Amino acid sequence: MKNEKTKTHVSGKDKDRRGMERRDFFKLVGGGIIVFFLPRCTTESVPVAEPGKRSLPKDYNAFLKIDEDGTVHCYTGKIEQGQGIIISLVQIMADDLNVPMEKIKMVMGDTEICPWDGGTWGSLTIRSFGPNMRRAAAEAKGVLLELASNKLKVPASQLVVVDGVISDSNNPGKSVTYGELARGRKIDKYLDVKPEVEDYSKFTFIGKSFKRNDSKIKVTGEAKYTGDLKVPGMLFARILRPASLSGKLSSVDYSEAEKVPGTIVVRDGDLVGVLNENFVLADRALEKVKAEYTYDEIQVDNKTIFESMLKADSTADVETTAGDLEAGFKLCDKIVETEIHDPFLAHAFIETHSALAQFEKDKLTVWASSQTPYLLQDALANHFSMPLNKVRVIVPFVGGGFGGKSKNQQAMEAARLAKASGKPVMLIWTREDEFMYDNFHTAGVLKIKSGIDKEGLIKAWDYHAYFCGTRGSEIIYDMPNHKITSHDHKENTPRLHILDIGPWRAPNNNTNTLGRELQIDRLAVAAKMDPLEFRLKNLKDQRMIDTLKAAADLFGYVPSKKYPSGRGIGIALGTDVGTHVAEIAEIEVDKKTGRIKVKRIVCAQDMGLCVNPHGATMQLEGCITMALGYTFKEEMNFEGGVVKDLNFDTYEITRFSMVPKIESIILDRMDQPPHGGGEPAIIAVGAVIGNAFFDATGARMFQMPYTPERVLEALKKA
Amino acid sequence: MEETIIFQLNGKQTELKIDPTQTLLWVLRNNLGLTGTKFGCGIGFCGSCTVLIDNEPVRSCSTTVGDVKGKNVVTIEGLSKDGELHPVQKAFVEHDALQCGFCTPGMIMNAAGLLIKNPAITREEIITGMEDNLCRCGAHVHIIDAVEAAAKEMKGGK
Ligand code: FES
Ligand code: FES
Repeated sequence: MKNEKTKTHVSGKDKDRRGMERRDFFKLVGGGIIVFFLPRCTTESVPVAEPGKRSLPKDYNAFLKIDEDGTVHCYTGKIEQGQGIIISLVQIMADDLNVPMEKIKMVMGDTEICPWDGGTWGSLTIRSFGPNMRRAAAEAKGVLLELASNKLKVPASQLVVVDGVISDSNNPGKSVTYGELARGRKIDKYLDVKPEVEDYSKFTFIGKSFKRNDSKIKVTGEAKYTGDLKVPGMLFARILRPASLSGKLSSVDYSEAEKVPGTIVVRDGDLVGVLNENFVLADRALEKVKAEYTYDEIQVDNKTIFESMLKADSTADVETTAGDLEAGFKLCDKIVETEIHDPFLAHAFIETHSALAQFEKDKLTVWASSQTPYLLQDALANHFSMPLNKVRVIVPFVGGGFGGKSKNQQAMEAARLAKASGKPVMLIWTREDEFMYDNFHTAGVLKIKSGIDKEGLIKAWDYHAYFCGTRGSEIIYDMPNHKITSHDHKENTPRLHILDIGPWRAPNNNTNTLGRELQIDRLAVAAKMDPLEFRLKNLKDQRMIDTLKAAADLFGYVPSKKYPSGRGIGIALGTDVGTHVAEIAEIEVDKKTGRIKVKRIVCAQDMGLCVNPHGATMQLEGCITMALGYTFKEEMNFEGGVVKDLNFDTYEITRFSMVPKIESIILDRMDQPPHGGGEPAIIAVGAVIGNAFFDATGARMFQMPYTPERVLEALKKA
Repeated sequence: MEETIIFQLNGKQTELKIDPTQTLLWVLRNNLGLTGTKFGCGIGFCGSCTVLIDNEPVRSCSTTVGDVKGKNVVTIEGLSKDGELHPVQKAFVEHDALQCGFCTPGMIMNAAGLLIKNPAITREEIITGMEDNLCRCGAHVHIIDAVEAAAKEMKGGK
């Protein structure tokens, strides 16, 4: 194998952020042309400081490798959790490198061979990671053209690339393939000339619809998720849990459990794991463990939590303000005040948190259902005081994440048990583990006071979010006098996030869009205007106006003279991760049973450039479908630290019969940068149904979810 | 107490010396290496562990291996014949009836069972028949489309 090196810019520093020596990297991935890539704009990849300590590496990192057979391997720390980036990233790569899509192989979520990444969340993959990958591809193409130019003795400017074949534009017979250029070589290239990234509009694959490329192995059962893996000597773990979240282990006797054949019980501080080669036996042995706990008293439950949040001594951070609120209210003809309660919700992915941990000599390998493999690698290295290059995290297929697989508790537990037992440990959380230790969508309260003048223009908007953050509350309507205040946990006060909280698909935006859009609707009523016309009159964001109009067109919306009209049609809109959505729904209310049937939901979405319209539509429909559970069913019931919903028997999510016809339009914005697509359509569903309920009945509900009992109660009050 | 349990698994006679009270789901996954059948809840409420027992869709998490003695068990791994996908599997691919794919094996097995029982199934009946299988990603509309398409294809004598 020839070893070539050009333009080496590594400043004497041979280790990169994986903690790995570069030659080890070559050993792992083999020969070919490897393009090490220096990200130009690190902020693009990691726009926020949380949740990791590391940032995108400042040194070179491999993103692409071209094999002797012309296959292009693309290494990314992103993971596929169902959102379909496994295909949209291939589209982007195929276009930028001019190769057929089948030639691109994604290698994802392996900390040893993939470049560092902040995590797959926040719909960042396409909008932020995409541009970096595109530069890597453009650089790779530059390398290939340079090699081809040398080989064919033709100036690079005279070369053209079609389907991975580089040829002389003046003499098409003179050509060489990517594979041939890579053959018998081991080249590492470091380019830092900023390459031209071609305009999206010139592309063949980007902007066209493609189906998933992983469905064949997912319909045959071949696709491997973490829990499906097996290594020699592996034991299944079940973990001893307290009856309440506040439980602290005081004593434990596992002598009976150890009598179950093949059982080992290990303890590491508070963590007690029952291990057996056989999952069922581990489960049975766990039942024989006798443990005592002390419990802290927690007063709140899922009903009193909202009042506690309002009463608590909380912070008050003004996030945005403009104009003069007091003066604004003086201009108002009508003032409306609304209080909204949104409960804790579980992520409830069907695959529970799982991890397999294996120590071999001085090395730890953890396979985990995780959205954040590099954070996990850090945490493991810290916990066990191991160097980073001795800790490898691999993420197989993930059975749904929605933000909930970012904290990696199960992986830490598996690794601790593996350490304590000296055996490889597979931990598959039970559904009960999941419903106690998930990091839930936070409960929260909104208090909104706002008013309109005689013209129906919003003159004052005083918005308070309690314990639920403000994502999604940005000012998209014309509100000259406004203030958005976030109230949250104050140090040294009792925690009100009784259940652990974390990002839940479009974190906090569900709550804030719900609040804003119910309030806007109430202002429309006060103004005696149709809710579409009221919104169009008060919106100032042009993208939002266009999106709303697109939804109204698709729905065939006809404004009504009076509101409520009795038709059961609702409107709601919002923005998330740069994307704008507008939704219109039609429902039917059974006033006897309190049941709501959703007949139709229409959604328009402006997500900037859309790489894969079919994939984006699937995500949009998935968001709306998931949100129906949020809207009608989901609520974590708890009393003190005792979680009452521990499985799907009482925690209900969307079922087939609840899903209406979903129609959607993705606005053509090929000239705009791409925005997120995995979350936005979820945010407006609660409000669109709430507003449709008002249009049908003249009644309003201010607490989620809209259960039949709450519907009947609201009807009684109306 | 261990017993010898003989049953048909994906068309092959299978013999296990095993405690008959062991859960079928875990016997399939651990003892027999068939990990296509998924664990989602363990109490019969999500459907991700669905297999066919004598052509009937059954939750393997709520069935013991003793229960399948002498019976015919088909898992997702045994649904395709001679490398040819079952019409329901094919329709799931064609209709992109999945996202994360974790509920998929259970969905497919449940649908395959429905179609055996009722080849002339209507869309309404598909919805009712699939009602207790949960999907968190929200692939519902595509799943129903896929099952409907598979029903049509199978009725077409293919
Ligand atoms: S795992 Fe069997 S029904 Fe959920
Ligand atoms: S595809 Fe993810 S749960 Fe159904």
